[in-house]
Amino acid sequence: MKKDETLDTLGLYCPTPILYTAKKLGEMKGGQVLEILSDDEGIKKDMPAWCESTGHEFLGVEETDDQIRVYVQKRT
Amino acid sequence: MTIILFSGEMDKALAALSLATTAASMGKRVTLFFTFWGINAIRKPGPASGRGWMRKLLARMNRGGSENLPLSRFNMLGLGRWMMSKILRESRVASVGESLRLATEMGVRLVACTMSMGVMGIGKEDLIPEVEDFEGAASYLGEASKSGINLFI
Repeated sequence: MKKDETLDTLGLYCPTPILYTAKKLGEMKGGQVLEILSDDEGIKKDMPAWCESTGHEFLGVEETDDQIRVYVQKRT
Repeated sequence: MTIILFSGEMDKALAALSLATTAASMGKRVTLFFTFWGINAIRKPGPASGRGWMRKLLARMNRGGSENLPLSRFNMLGLGRWMMSKILRESRVASVGESLRLATEMGVRLVACTMSMGVMGIGKEDLIPEVEDFEGAASYLGEASKSGINLFI
């Protein structure tokens, strides 16, 4: 998936990846896409829920054996 | 969202702070109300200033400071706390102190219960500077009645 920035949260547990995502999106421009790397299974449910309450767009998840990649587009 | 932290254990404080910081990251207005043993989480390390011998004794036995909180299970005179802190650090989970600072940076309001402070002989000068509000039950309930999520930990 196309992305503007990548945030590495590998090895971090809930809720730290979400908190870092919030901080990172705050530094980005509206419409830009952030890729979040994680290995915390919960993020697949947490990120869409977080996006729903913050208004950012959850674009989807890509998954390999040891890595989950989540894509979020900053709200404009 | 409002959370009452009544308990003075590290694990319970971490649960409260995880929810508080996440809610703040969702743009929610968050109040963390510290009462009874929960006050220990926002105390500076060392004995409190309490007046009178019973309060002085309590202040001496009831150790405060975010890094001195025991575990609610398997504390084993501090050995359990030491091990859990080490595991949490290795897992890069923020400590209670770090989470409190982060929460404040994110706009979470830290409120100390004045009744607990009085009873336990804890003064404003015994608390970390991030605590700026000193309130009671009525202010808490006023805030809680405007909030959709209210937790007691």
